[in-house]
Amino acid sequence: MLDLSPQQDELRELQGHLTILKVGLLLVVALLAIRLWHLQVREGQYYRDLSENNRTRSVILEPARGLIYDRNGVLLANNVPSFNLYVTLEDVTDREALIKRLVGLIGLDEASLRKRLSERGAKLLARKLKGGLTLREAALIESHRLDLPGVMVQAESQRNYPARLTASHLLGYVGEVSADQLEKPEFGGLHQGSVVGQYGVEHTYDRFLRGRAGQKVIEADALGHEKRTVEVQKPEAGDDLYLTIDLRLQKLAEDLLGGEAGAIVAVDPATGEVLALASRPAFDPNVLSRELTPKQWEDIVQDEGHPLTNRATQGQYPPGSTFKIVMAAAALETNTIDPATTIRCFGSYQFGRRLYKDWKAGGHGTMDVSQAIVDSCDVFFYTIGQRMGIEAIASYATQFGLGRETGIELPSERVGIVPSPAWKEKARSEPWLPGETISASIGQGYVTVTPLQMTSLIATVGNNGVSFRPRLIRAVMERTTGRLQELPAVARGQLAIRPETLALIQHALAGVVTEGTARRAKSSLVTIAGKTGTAQAVAARPGPEEDLPKKLRDHAWFISYAPTVTPRIAVGVLVEHMGHGGSAAAPLAKQLIETFIKLAPHEPLIADSPSPARSPMTVMARQEPRD
Amino acid sequence: MIDRVISSRAPDNFEWRYVAIIGAILSLGLLSIYSVTHAQPGSGVPLYARQMLWVVMGGAAFLVMLVFDYHKIARLSYLFYVVALVLLAIVLVIGKTSRGAQRWFPIGPFAFQPAEFAKVVLILVLASYYASSPREGWRQRVVLPGLIMAPGLLLILKQPDLGSGLSFLAIYVSMLLVVGVRSKALGVLLLLALMLFPFAWEVMWGALHDYQRERILTFVNPAYDPGGKGYHALQSRIAIGSGELLGKGLYGGTQSQLKFLPEGHTDFVFAVFAEEWGFLGVLLLLGLFLGLIMLSIEIASRAKDILGALLAAGVIAMIGFSMVINIGMTAGIFPIVGIPLPLMSYGGSAIVTTMAALGLLLNVKRRRLTLFY
Repeated sequence: MLDLSPQQDELRELQGHLTILKVGLLLVVALLAIRLWHLQVREGQYYRDLSENNRTRSVILEPARGLIYDRNGVLLANNVPSFNLYVTLEDVTDREALIKRLVGLIGLDEASLRKRLSERGAKLLARKLKGGLTLREAALIESHRLDLPGVMVQAESQRNYPARLTASHLLGYVGEVSADQLEKPEFGGLHQGSVVGQYGVEHTYDRFLRGRAGQKVIEADALGHEKRTVEVQKPEAGDDLYLTIDLRLQKLAEDLLGGEAGAIVAVDPATGEVLALASRPAFDPNVLSRELTPKQWEDIVQDEGHPLTNRATQGQYPPGSTFKIVMAAAALETNTIDPATTIRCFGSYQFGRRLYKDWKAGGHGTMDVSQAIVDSCDVFFYTIGQRMGIEAIASYATQFGLGRETGIELPSERVGIVPSPAWKEKARSEPWLPGETISASIGQGYVTVTPLQMTSLIATVGNNGVSFRPRLIRAVMERTTGRLQELPAVARGQLAIRPETLALIQHALAGVVTEGTARRAKSSLVTIAGKTGTAQAVAARPGPEEDLPKKLRDHAWFISYAPTVTPRIAVGVLVEHMGHGGSAAAPLAKQLIETFIKLAPHEPLIADSPSPARSPMTVMARQEPRD
Repeated sequence: MIDRVISSRAPDNFEWRYVAIIGAILSLGLLSIYSVTHAQPGSGVPLYARQMLWVVMGGAAFLVMLVFDYHKIARLSYLFYVVALVLLAIVLVIGKTSRGAQRWFPIGPFAFQPAEFAKVVLILVLASYYASSPREGWRQRVVLPGLIMAPGLLLILKQPDLGSGLSFLAIYVSMLLVVGVRSKALGVLLLLALMLFPFAWEVMWGALHDYQRERILTFVNPAYDPGGKGYHALQSRIAIGSGELLGKGLYGGTQSQLKFLPEGHTDFVFAVFAEEWGFLGVLLLLGLFLGLIMLSIEIASRAKDILGALLAAGVIAMIGFSMVINIGMTAGIFPIVGIPLPLMSYGGSAIVTTMAALGLLLNVKRRRLTLFY
């Protein structure tokens, strides 16, 4: 009956292996029993105590926010110690008494305090009542802790911007995450009281800078005060950012603007790296990153100078004569004219019953396209605009990046307007009027652009039609791995424009500086090419420019690059209500360009670093200690 | 054939101790679920009542798996496996997303979790494969069954469900060990790695940086919550520890009653039990599980053929592994991966498939004597 077939042999052998399973499981269950004996019998009393009074409280440990440096490792944003006030609701015996005490002791705003206390939150988790207590306030709270059950003061960090107003639009500021933001997925994992970037790079790169919160579980006494720490999960600091900005150029650009409203942008045409992005008037991010009273906030928002607007990316202005670069390219590319075509300028252009004036009353005489750019002749461009039509103009303007986002990593970039019949129909429900084409031909009428768009445009022209997305971040230093991750340049594309057309325009732009409207930008250090613009702020003007109130005067433009061959920097300047581009904007660009050339005569802009300056080590060596 | 019927009715072949242990564990589970959820305000059928329904359905599954000859069931194993793979694929597309993972099909008010079904089918398909294979050389012993397991494993990890994925691996490795690997040393090593995984984990895991753990856990389980995790693990430990020797008594578990302990009826049901029953209760429960495992090994080692022995071994591996990992994780010696405690955690798919698997195991015992007639 029991045959000893190989099959049966194998079954026996196989069943013998079951012993492994048996012994293994016995062993592991025994180990589990030992662990549970340890928890329940040896440490049981301890855990019983913890559970009986629910004596554990959790405190969120806020992470240190990543630091921000300029391209040379100069510190732009760090963290300084600050005292924050927390409360654990479960330990508060008398809420009204608490409110009264806190209002009396450190003058908290009663309404906002009430709101904070009534917000929903996790059980037994301390919630933040106020940040940035003074040392005196912190000491007051500590000395009254017996009267303040559930209240504690935590030393945490506060964002600090050592350069104060400098680069404020670029850096942005931080603030507590709002209730609306908490609902959104990109703010997942945060909690009431978390600090996030609310503007600028702080906002765009928040996910790097933010870090990860930790948690401390404490054993609390009867008043909810810490007796000892049960468990700590350390917070994880955020990643550090290295911007493309050179603080020296940034400061200079802002000083050049002085007290005037306006923007100056400098980029590296070969990479799109933004070297400076200045906007005036500015704000102090240190103030905005603290808790503001509604009154303080209102003052900032209602300031006539709109200090919170980043004029470089959000200010939309008519481009004025700087638009003639687009016009010349469009006319040559559509074969409306050839390089030799000449037009005679008598100082005005008649269309229907209207007379369109040239800025030069007597006219420029007979000129070709190149000369028309150099002298910024309006009549020449009125004429070719009329011949080409608005559709062709719009199509080339779009190709040059107008009417679109440049893609810079800043929130709420504006795109301006590239007008066309379709746009007007949609925006105004009105048909396009022929005369509007003529206004658009010299960058007036409906056309609007941002200073960043125009800087990007001139950089593309200087870079032979190859365009890069303007970018602010050179590298991210990952805190957790210590790795410096360099971010690559992002190509946006190549203009579909014949090389000879670009060469002609480049040549004419050099002429603008050597013999044309921007002679005041002529430098003995470096060859500069550029185009001036004088943009009308208001369409109808009651009298001569000089007599106008300032807010009605023209905006001054100058967009430029240097050197004229293989440019290393492109600079766009816009000064509000300062009149002529040639006199009010061009000299500023010249100073910035000359400083740049002096700072970095040959190599890319990394301070004091002789050879391949872009290596991670250079940057890392300049890293400053945190806090 | 008549002999078979007669023999299967012999009292000797129906293991009453086996059924009694299963019943006891189920009852302890129901009590714990009742304890944490009875006071919860909620709409519709309370959780403990639903769990009772699952137990009844599990009993039916148990009987179904017991009645048909396991050889017949095994013949359909590849078909079942294909069905399981299709379900696992579909659940990725139309499944219900819960805490970041797509695991469930909603069926009316209930949820069907194909991964649980797939575990039992994997046992069937691997046992059928080994029983019909010559099992010569490492290719037939290791590689081919590994390839059979791989698509299911990948689909489960895609959900992602690390717990079920680990169970899949444990079933495969255990069955491979029972079949036998050429090198004894390797076998023992594999086994030790598997069995001591929770303990070794503590050492390996402890050596990692916080952020590395964070990354790993976030990778395998997007629902993982860095702020909450430490808190939950601690609350679970407090619940277990505060039970002390004698426990706080039924419904007396303050940790779980006051909702400091999350998931008290599912993955952390052991913590609820340990808080209310104390270390003595824990010993009782561990004893019941150990008894079930020993009886099962007994059945496996008396199976009349390789198919039966391997089916039994697979079921033992599945239940043993889940139990060890679940208790280890609630006791804080293993990261929280989300494996239910067999027969105790709330959940229809797990209860029904576990009981079906146990039915299959008992089936192996019932057919044991028929070979020789």
